[in-house]
Amino acid sequence: MSAPTPAAVPVGRPALDDLVVGQEVARATVDVDRARLVHYAAASGDRNPIHWNERFAREVGLPGVIAHGMWTMGAAASVVTAWAGDPGAVVDYGVRFTRPVPVPDPGAAQVEVVATVGALDADAGTARVDLTVTAEGQRVLGKAQAVVRLR
Amino acid sequence: MAVDPGYAGRVYPPTAPYEVGREALREFAEAVGSAHPAHVDAAAARALGHPDVVAPPTYAVVVAQRAEAQLVQDPAAGIDFSRVVHADERFTHHRPIHAGDRLVTVLHVDAITTRAGLSMVSTRCEIADEAGEPVATVRSTLAVRGDEGAPA
Repeated sequence: MSAPTPAAVPVGRPALDDLVVGQEVARATVDVDRARLVHYAAASGDRNPIHWNERFAREVGLPGVIAHGMWTMGAAASVVTAWAGDPGAVVDYGVRFTRPVPVPDPGAAQVEVVATVGALDADAGTARVDLTVTAEGQRVLGKAQAVVRLR
Repeated sequence: MAVDPGYAGRVYPPTAPYEVGREALREFAEAVGSAHPAHVDAAAARALGHPDVVAPPTYAVVVAQRAEAQLVQDPAAGIDFSRVVHADERFTHHRPIHAGDRLVTVLHVDAITTRAGLSMVSTRCEIADEAGEPVATVRSTLAVRGDEGAPA
């Protein structure tokens, strides 16, 4: 059993009534390097070599190793759940993968995530959060929307 | 080899239960950069009303892809993974996944369409607990280039 810690105390969660459509609620820039992709490959079980093997990635016509689309989707979700204050609050989350994120070596790619309120549903107690996710100024996810249950 | 459109409409038998472990959730949360204590600290999760540490929203892909393997690793289906691009993904959570869950998945092949040498394969995983209560629905579309499609 974990001992109670200050982190176990529920922190403030956004209230539906305080939100306005169009409002920016979170913004973050997330670095992704090859080590991060290997970590994600292990944690997710997605071991496709295009996400860690430069030679293989080039052989199948890619510019080099690319991030898992599911990593990018997951990293964007982390920005939403950090704002929502509860990882279990996301009831629906969908994206289209519009462009790969090349991950250099050495170095890292930067993925920028901006979350704005797209719609509010007072009856359902939910907010739709629209995500703009870019790398090098170009969108890498399309129609990225998370429906979040708030109080 | 082209994708076999005859797989559309197929429904697979329920998978063996997938048991969600605390350490697996910790590893996944770290990999996607989610530092929320409810992924790693059961007390923090309980304070939010969850019975145990909770999964990040996209963790359900780990459960879903085991079920999807029944299709994508079936040589007769014709899905060549060196020609596949992930087109879209969507999660509908009927309740959060938490450590201790034993999840059973039924894979549905909702649609296979081919146009100009590109096949779109849409699957749906219905994930439930062992009592049959719905937990998550995971929809995914793969785009598969045909033999004649030149690599980009």
